[in-house]
Amino acid sequence: MTGAINIKTEAAPGRERAAGPWREGWRSFKKSKISLVGAGIVLFFIILAIVGPMIAPEGINEQNLSQRLLAPSSEHWFGTDDFGRDIFSRVIHGASISLKVGIFSVILSVIVGSFLGIIAGYYGRWVDTIISRIFDILLAFPSILLAIAVVAVLGPSLQNALIAIAIINVPNFGRLIRSKVLSVKEEEYIVAAKAIGMRDSRILFSHILPNSMTPIIVQGTLAIATAIIEAAALGFLGLGAQAPAPEWGKMLADSRIYLLKAPWTMIFPGLAIMLTVLGFNLMGDGLRDALDPKMKS
Amino acid sequence: MLHYMGRRLFQLIPVLLGMTFIVFMLIRSIPGNPAQVILGQQATKEAVEALNASLGLNKPWYTQYFGYLGGIFQGDLGVSLRTKLPVSEEIFPYLAATAELALFAMIIAVIIGVNAGIISAWFQNSWFDYVAMVVALIGVSVPVFWLGLMEQWAFSNQLGWFPTSGREDVRDPITAITHFYLLDTLIQGRFDQFSEVFKRLVLPGMALATIPMAIIARMTRSSMLEVMRSDYVRTARAKGQKMFIVVYKHALKNAVIPVLTVIGLQTGLLLGGAILTETIFSWPGIGRYIYDAIGFRDYPVIQSGILVIAFIFIMINLIVDLLYTVIDPRIKYK
Repeated sequence: MTGAINIKTEAAPGRERAAGPWREGWRSFKKSKISLVGAGIVLFFIILAIVGPMIAPEGINEQNLSQRLLAPSSEHWFGTDDFGRDIFSRVIHGASISLKVGIFSVILSVIVGSFLGIIAGYYGRWVDTIISRIFDILLAFPSILLAIAVVAVLGPSLQNALIAIAIINVPNFGRLIRSKVLSVKEEEYIVAAKAIGMRDSRILFSHILPNSMTPIIVQGTLAIATAIIEAAALGFLGLGAQAPAPEWGKMLADSRIYLLKAPWTMIFPGLAIMLTVLGFNLMGDGLRDALDPKMKS
Repeated sequence: MLHYMGRRLFQLIPVLLGMTFIVFMLIRSIPGNPAQVILGQQATKEAVEALNASLGLNKPWYTQYFGYLGGIFQGDLGVSLRTKLPVSEEIFPYLAATAELALFAMIIAVIIGVNAGIISAWFQNSWFDYVAMVVALIGVSVPVFWLGLMEQWAFSNQLGWFPTSGREDVRDPITAITHFYLLDTLIQGRFDQFSEVFKRLVLPGMALATIPMAIIARMTRSSMLEVMRSDYVRTARAKGQKMFIVVYKHALKNAVIPVLTVIGLQTGLLLGGAILTETIFSWPGIGRYIYDAIGFRDYPVIQSGILVIAFIFIMINLIVDLLYTVIDPRIKYK
């Protein structure tokens, strides 16, 4: 009996030790109400993107010219556009487009940026010089103009907008990972791994990359917010999703001529963009405070 | 200091050279031939080839690139394929239009952002702090083109306070001297035109100011919070110094460095990022100038336009770095 009690008391500190940085991070994230609101908004839009096509009252392009530019009502919650299409349905369908571009462009930037950043940070010397200068050059461009130029080369489409946004974000992640690698590679466990003759690729991908994940997750979440705005901006300029895709930026561009007659065609897609971006920003801020207190602004 | 400046300028050379190369190659990968665009789809093959030859577009890419590079070193940014005017002359009014708008926006952003940040920090956890920070969070999340449209709808269409778009009243055009219209109208003593130009700056200026304003407010708040916990501020408060003096004479000076970095970075971003605001408000700025040039495959305009913006962006950041030493004499560059 006494033994059992002893075991219990000994196990307790052990369990506390097991609470790693992720659990600690989650605990601190949970404490911040505003971060939870952000996570809630993000979750809402993710669910909307998945189940949206099933719950939307109408399809993306169901035209009804007798119902053009109707104001919001119980039948059409967000009103109708110039083709008599239900804006509520189109905004719901648009969630998946914006989230897809935001999330996948950032994943692409993270993959390419991490790869380049790790190589630059780990190997140093001329490899580092070349890669870092390329990052400097890309960062000196006004990002939206670079994105426009890339789309001009590839041709206007949603997929090419995604690629353009990924390209302009690569140097941000590349620099982040590079600086992280520079600090991690001097740690004792990396020196030890080198000493026992571990291959570079294994050290890079099994040890250095996982230990650089925290800033990537934080920066990635915030970057999704920016990417969603950039995708909408390209859509607004006619360089992203093409008609009749219910992309929010494109919907805003189409609403311009009806600004006076039918402001609802502009209000709701814009609100959708703002809320989604706000969600990712709040969540990113919360993650930063929880996971990486040093980055706290 | 001079040595530092020289080194920074020297480091810029490879970046700028790299930029010219990337822009040059990128622009030439855009599908479509400028000669074809200029002459239209009906043009004969011979006519297109003849125009290509006269524009020098039939030469190998490296000849074109080094020719372009040589020109830049002599201050020649090329000749617009569309208007046949030298880009170095043509670009200035567009650049001035954007610079005037960006500066106007930045002034609004700094005045409101810095003061909101200070008040938030001073009254930390008060209702003002919460409201200001929620507004700032919304501010960084709002798409600037949507905000511009909303402003047009509310303040122009509904309330009729400001003109919807444009930089000047077309019925009463401004005689350009510096191409900064606020300045030009003042020089000429045309106060009626000054007020018209000012009114036209308000809506696009506010739209463009939102994001930097929100970022500056958040940065000032966190920077001030740090400084206000320091001993000398506590001493000043304990002595019973007025809030105004504690904040503006003691605390702000030490909190301003990170804020200044943000201001520099954002001013540069505004120059290139103004394209959306310019589109909505029909503002004849540099963003629109480059965007339209892409449609016409006007290579010299696109490559020189992007290069000029990037150069200004880099220079602003250099100036901000140098300003650090003026504000905080403890910082010394070697």
